[in-house]
This record gives sequence, structure tokens and C-alpha cells, in this order.
Amino acid sequence: MAKNDLQGALDLLILKTLSQLGSMHGYGILMHIRRVSDEILIVEEGSLYPALHRMQQHGWVRSNWAVTDYGRQAKWYALTRAGREQLASREKNWAQVVKGVDAILRFA
Amino acid sequence: MALLRRILSLGRRARVEHEIDAELREHMAMSVDDDMARGMSREQAERDARRRFGNPRAMRERVSEEDAALGLENLWYDVRGALRVFAKSPGFALVVLLTLALGVGANTAIFELLDAVRLRTLPVSRPAELAELRITGGNRGFGITDGLFAAFTVPMWYEVKEHHDPFSGIFAWRTNGVNVGPSNRSHQAYGLEVSGDFFSVLGIAPLQGRLIEPQDVTANCQMTSGVVVSYSFWESEMGGQPITGGSTLVVEGKPVQVFGVTPPSFFGMIVGDRFDLAYPTCAPPHPPAEQFTYSVMGRLKPGWNLKQASDYFGSLSPGLFEKTAPTGYSSQALKTYKAFRLAAYPAGAGVSWLRDQYNSSLDILLGITGLVLLIACANLANLMLARASVKSREVAVRMALGATRGRLMRQTLLESALLAACGATLGAALAQPLSRVLVSSLNTSQGTIHLSIVPDWRVLLFAAAAAAATCIVFGTFPALRSTGAQPLASLKSGERGVVGNREGFSVQRGLVIAQVAVSMVLLVGALLFVRSYRNLMTLNPGIRESGITVAFFGFGSAHVKPENLAEYKRQLVDDVRSIPGVENAAATTNIPLGGSSWGHHVDVGAADGESRFTYASPTFFATLGIPLLEGRKFTESDTNMSPLVLIVNQAFVRRYVSAASPLGVQVHVRPEPQYPERTYEIVGVVPDTKYGDLREPPPTQAFVPAAQLPVTAQAPWTGMLIASGDPAAAQQAVRRRLEESFPGIQMQFFDFQQGILDRLVGDRMMARLSGFFGVLAALLVVVGLHGVLSYFLAQRRGEIGIRMALGATRGRVVAGMLQSACVMLAGGLVAGTALSLIATRGASTLLFGLKPWDPVTLVGAAVLLAVVTVVASLIPSVRAANVNPVDALRAE
Repeated sequence: MAKNDLQGALDLLILKTLSQLGSMHGYGILMHIRRVSDEILIVEEGSLYPALHRMQQHGWVRSNWAVTDYGRQAKWYALTRAGREQLASREKNWAQVVKGVDAILRFA
Repeated sequence: MALLRRILSLGRRARVEHEIDAELREHMAMSVDDDMARGMSREQAERDARRRFGNPRAMRERVSEEDAALGLENLWYDVRGALRVFAKSPGFALVVLLTLALGVGANTAIFELLDAVRLRTLPVSRPAELAELRITGGNRGFGITDGLFAAFTVPMWYEVKEHHDPFSGIFAWRTNGVNVGPSNRSHQAYGLEVSGDFFSVLGIAPLQGRLIEPQDVTANCQMTSGVVVSYSFWESEMGGQPITGGSTLVVEGKPVQVFGVTPPSFFGMIVGDRFDLAYPTCAPPHPPAEQFTYSVMGRLKPGWNLKQASDYFGSLSPGLFEKTAPTGYSSQALKTYKAFRLAAYPAGAGVSWLRDQYNSSLDILLGITGLVLLIACANLANLMLARASVKSREVAVRMALGATRGRLMRQTLLESALLAACGATLGAALAQPLSRVLVSSLNTSQGTIHLSIVPDWRVLLFAAAAAAATCIVFGTFPALRSTGAQPLASLKSGERGVVGNREGFSVQRGLVIAQVAVSMVLLVGALLFVRSYRNLMTLNPGIRESGITVAFFGFGSAHVKPENLAEYKRQLVDDVRSIPGVENAAATTNIPLGGSSWGHHVDVGAADGESRFTYASPTFFATLGIPLLEGRKFTESDTNMSPLVLIVNQAFVRRYVSAASPLGVQVHVRPEPQYPERTYEIVGVVPDTKYGDLREPPPTQAFVPAAQLPVTAQAPWTGMLIASGDPAAAQQAVRRRLEESFPGIQMQFFDFQQGILDRLVGDRMMARLSGFFGVLAALLVVVGLHGVLSYFLAQRRGEIGIRMALGATRGRVVAGMLQSACVMLAGGLVAGTALSLIATRGASTLLFGLKPWDPVTLVGAAVLLAVVTVVASLIPSVRAANVNPVDALRAE
């Protein structure tokens, strides 16, 4: 049985984005998800930041302040070791969830 | 780890919040930058960003909520907030704290006392194995009983000492006053006479030196072989000096060796008592067989239980009582003796007269304090409920401003928990002193109670948890409901003119009714005990109480021959009577109302039975102010040389005399050791007077002239009653005179009336404590009612304003408020009366001259509560009448 079901999707998106980009600030993560998903997945700020802070408390991401390409101060997030492990297990879970959902959709 | 991080981050709240703000601000700026790059105007871009962000404060709250690192910081924030809230309404906080402290403190105190007296085991090894041997049903008045715990005669003890299969070890003990110190400044000490195996069977190890061992028991009864002292005696009287072979004490005028010291925890076998020194029993060649002296206990062997032990000693009994039967008794009396059966009873908690005497008192007190706790909890519930309801508007405002639900819940929970914790701590601090006051209130001029009161954490926790749970449930439940509500709806209905929340109010009404009902039970109890005590205090015992000094004189050192003792005592009485300031004096073998008794079995014609017998001087009746109803008084010429005469009381006449006139009737007394068979003639009748105890109806009594005491029963001591105008001065004068005229005489004095009062100490305690708790309950009701009505008023301010604006008079407003108070009162009184009738049934044995369903008491309690209720509701009612309609309506 796949744990963390559909609700873990946001965490998964954020973790995967960070693993792809190396390190990124909140706005960048938001834009990345939006762009890559072709505007299908739009994460709201109201969900993103609590999720980022929660993940930091869990020790999955670490953060530091740095200047952006456009000269703005921003808090940059990057995956930790624990974060990468978390991502790996979540990806596996997600595959299970998709398989399960797919099976239900195809049931005739 | 997480906790460490939290502690480290204490004080970082401002920084963290600042950082979150900065992060979100930058995010917004980047969003605006992008939008503008896509061609949006700055204004439009900013509006768009704000719309997506929503309330920035709410957003920050939600993000910082995730930062668990802030936990402790928030807690401290909330504590400070709660303290500020309490500071704003100190009356509320104070009342809650006091209510909690008294509820928790009183319960714990009573339970600690109960535990010390009844539940705690002796500080000996494996106390559960200890068993006491007693005659089933007691010795039924056979022979002489030396003390409360004296169950064995010496010959009986010798028998079980040899035959005790169920026990691995067995010992005998008794308490006895002992004179300690050089003869000119000797004082009485608590002595503990123990058999050789006492300490080894109990498993007590010496603190210093050694304890008493079997070889210390000798045939010599002069107490010369040596003693063991208690820790407290060793500390206070011997300065805690190390025990060596040369350590001695002067005991009964002779120096004896001190063997060792017992551990500090060991206080003897009697709970509520202590011992100063223990000395070995002696083995005299001809021990009296009719004198019950010892308490005998043993340690059960593994595999034996009390039932099996009782069976064993039961089957041993016939032979044992056959062998140890005393001589000189009538055959009927001996038949009673030989039918005695021994049985084993648990003794792990020691023995205690406190336990026997105050058993039901302690239960009732525990019940009373339980009810007080109940009222206190109801009060708390009411107060918390009222406050939480008032706060619902504040909650709505804070939610609208972005506070999360969890955060608000935590705050109300914290406020409640803080109050509960402070109250419980205060209660715990109160419990110990309360317990001590309780114990000392049972002390008398004659004796002090020695009890180690240890804090009982279980009870404290229970009481505190009950109170805390009340606080938290009733403080948080309404808050929970209001946080669940839509802020807008709450805000809108917040302080509307009419009573909004009927449901919440009915809970409060119910609580007040319950409070009144329970208080009524407590008040009825208080009035019953106070009136019962008053009945005892004002009771006329039929004898003079004031200005009487009781004296005991011992003159063993004068070595008077038994046949001359009667004359010696007569001279003593004459000498005392001749002292200026002494109105009258009489020697007697029994002091009335002192708890002791002496009796013989009599045959009067065909009737037979027990009667109390007192051997008294001719002046006895005049000294105690007892009038003579019929016949003649005793004279100095009534001696063993003249016909034997008797003065009896009316109860004796009613019970035994069938003739028209009791005068001249023959009374036959059955023989007992030292008291030969005799026939007396009744020469006078006196009214019934109280004998041993004020509570008991006067028994049948017979008086014999002191000079007609059988020579065999004469002993070198006498009790004396001395009447005077100034007892203290008379006592001094008697002491001075007798030291001159009877050198070497031992004297002991106490005040007769004080002695009687001392015996009522238990009644006094019940009257005081139940009175205290009754008043407390009434006060709590006042507080509760006041709180509810004030809340009621706060809720209806607008409504009252409208009514008054429409022309309602102040009188009508007051009447309206009072009416709702009276409805609650009436409900409470009805329930309270019913509860009282059920609850006070258990108290009937403790009451004197009253029935538990005493109508005067019930009505009295009801009236008292009604007055209290009306007074309590007057203040908020008058305040309601003073509502200014314009202000009230403008405040909407």
C-alpha cells in the first residue's frame, strides 16, 4: 500500500524541484513547477511556505540567504541528505499511487 | 534534539518572524517584478500579488506555526498573556485559586490523617505477616483489664509462648508509665514492656548498642536488668551520646543500664502514641491469673494464613483456658472464662485507640471534604464557563485578525492549566499544616498524639487532577465551541440585547443548583455536629463539675499494713479537708466520667446482674453535690466492724428492687479474687448520675463506705475528689500540707472539668471541622451565585437597558434578577434536603441527643442558605437596576 497518498504530492513536487535545480528560493520553486508542468500545476504561496518551513524543521532542506540574479535578497533552499532519501522513497510511493489510481480508472 | 533546538531558539521569536516577513516580502517583490516585465503596470501587479497572498499576517502566522522551534517561545508568550489576563481580573483569579487550594488541601489533609491512623503499616519488616491474638468478642468484663489492648493474662501468655505452631516467633508487650530521673526531679515517661523476642520477631535492628533479648527476662520485677531507649528519647534526654557499657539512666529511683537505641521510625506498637523506653518483662513465680495485661502478637510462618492460625488457636483454647483459669470466682464466672476462644487478627498496622475512636469520624470527614471538593469543582466550572462565554467575542476578533484555531485553543488551555497548577500547588502547601492542626486539635491536657504525617502524593495528585480537569474542561470547552464558530457570526451576535445562548446558561444554572444542594448537606452536617457538641457541653451529669480537683495519692513507701490502710486513708481525707480553701474532699476507688469502671455481680432476691460499685468516703455525696433521696448517709462508724451498708441509685432500685421500699433490702455480691462473697443492706438512695461516659445513660450504681473495702482489696493508693473555690490554689495548698504531714507520698492532680472536656475532644473536632466546612460551602455558594448572576447581568445589559428605556422600574429589574436566583435556590434546597436525609444517616452514632433527621436542623440550614443566597444575589441585582439605559444601548 502506498503511503502518503495524494496529499504528499506537494512535498514531492518541492523535493523533486530542489533536486533538479540544486538550490532555489520559494518564488523560483513556484515558477519552476508552473513552467515545467505547462501551467497545469499552480502551487499557491499559502501552501508553499508552510511546506518549506515544515520540511526545514524535519531537516529535509536547509536554507541560506543569497542574492538572486536580479539583485534581490532571497532565502535559498537546498536538499539535505535526509531530503534526498525522502525524495527517493516518495518517488517510489508516488509510482505506487499512480499505478493504483490508474487501475481504478481503467476498471470497467 | 527537537527540545534542545527549541530551547536554543528561545528569544529568537522576533528574529524568526522578521525573517519570515522578509522572505514573503521578497517573494512578493519578485512576483511584481515578473508581472511588470510582462507589461503589467506596477499598481496592477502589486494588487494582483496581494490578492494571491491574502492576509499577510495570517500567512505569517501559518508559516511560523510550522516552525516548531518557536514552541517554547510561544508558550512563554501565552503564559505572559495569561498572567496579564489574571492581573486584569484579580478577583476571578483569587477566587479560583482559593477554591482550588481549599478543595485540594482539605482533601489531602484528611486523607493523610486517615492514612496515618488507619492504613499505614508499622515500620517493621514484612508487617503483613504480623498477627495479634485476641479472645473472640473480648473478655466480657471478666477479671481486671489493665488497658485498651490488654488481651492476655500472664498465665495465658506463658501457654501460647510454648504452643504457637502457626507463628515463627511470638511476643507480648504492654505500655506502662515509668518514672525516669533522680527522685527529686523525676518525670513520667512512656514505658513499653516487651518480652524477650519482641524486637527480633518484629525485625528491628538497633541504631546503637543492642536491643532487648530473651536472656534479659528475669524473675526480678524491679526493672533493674536494663532498658532500650527510643530515638527521640535518646536525642532529647540523653543528648544523643554514643551508647557504651557505662550508659545508665535512673528508672523508678534506681540506676539501670541502657542497652541501646531503636531506629527513629519505630514508635512502638500503638499508632498515635510513642514510647520513651522499653524494658523486658519479668517472670514472677505466681502471676495473677485474673489480670489481663499483655497484647500478644506473632509472625505467621510461610504457608499459614490468618484463618488457619485462628483454627489452630481455636482448637488450642479449651485446654489453655482450663489450665489458666483463676481461682476465687463463682462457677458461673469460670464457665464464661473457660468458654473463651482465641483467634488471630491482622496486626500489620499496629493497634490504635485513635483508629477505634475516630473510625467513623474520619470517614465522615473524608466524605465532607469530598463534598467540598465537589462544590469547589462546580464553582470552578461556573467561573470558567462564565468567563469563556464572555470571551467568545474576543476569540472571534482574534480569529478575524488571523490567529489560528490551535493557537487560541492553546492559550485558553494554558490559562486554565496555569490556574489549576497554581491552585493545586497552594493546596499541597496547605495540606501539611492542615493535617497537623487536625492532629493537634485531638490533643488533650492529658495526652498528646504522636503521628508522623507524610505527604500522600497519590491523594494530592487525585484532588489536583480532579480540580485541574474541571478547570480545563470547563475553561476550554466553550472556547472550542467559539473557535469552531464563524467569526463573523460570533461578532454579530456577540453582545446582542437578548440572551443568546440558552444552552450554556442552563448548564450554569444546573451547577448552581447542585452547589446549593451539596452545601445544604454540609450545612446540615455542620449544624448537627455543633448542636450535638452543645448538647454534650450543656448536659447536666447530676454531679458538680466545676471547682473539683482530682488527685491520686500513692503511699507504697509508707509500708502501711493492709488492715490499717482504711484508717490511713481516712486520716488523709481528714487532713485534706482541714486545709483552708478546701471546701470538701472524699476518697473514692473510681473517678466519675473518667472512662474507667468497676463492677460486681449482684443477687437481689430473685434478680441478678452486673452493677457498678464505688467505694467512697462518707463525704463523697456532699463533695459532688449529690442529694440523698431516701434513707441515711454513710458515717465514719460504717467500717468492716459494723454491718455492711450500701447506698444505691434509682436505676439500681428500678432494676433490682421489687419491694415497696428499697431501704433494708439485702444485696448479695458474688465472690471474686480479693473480693470475698458479701451481703450488704441498702440504707440510702441517690439520684441517677452519669458514670463513665457522658453519652451513656446512668448505669445501676452502688456505693460502699470506703472503710468497708475488703482488707484483701486494700492497696496503698487512693483517688480523691477535692472541692474548692480556687482549684489551682487548693492544689498548691494540698501539695504543701501533704509533703509535710505525709512525707514520701506521691501526688498527681488534674482538673475534673478539664478531664470531662478532654473526653469530648472528638466531638469538638467534628463540630469545629464540620462547622468550618459548612461555612466554607456557604461561602463558595455565594461566590458561585454571584458569578452566575454577574454573568447573567453582563449578557442582559442591553436587554435591561431596552426594558428600562421602555419604562420598566428599577424594582421590577431587581425583582427579575432575584426571581431567577430564587428559582435556583428552591431547586437546590429541595435536592439538598433529600440528599441530607440520605447522607446524614451514617452520622447517627456520632450524634448525642439528636436524630440525623432533626427537623430544626434541616429548617435552620435551609434558612441559612436562603439568607446567604439572597444576600449574594442582591449586589448584582442592584447593579442591574443601576444600568443606565442610554449607556447600555450606546454600547451596542
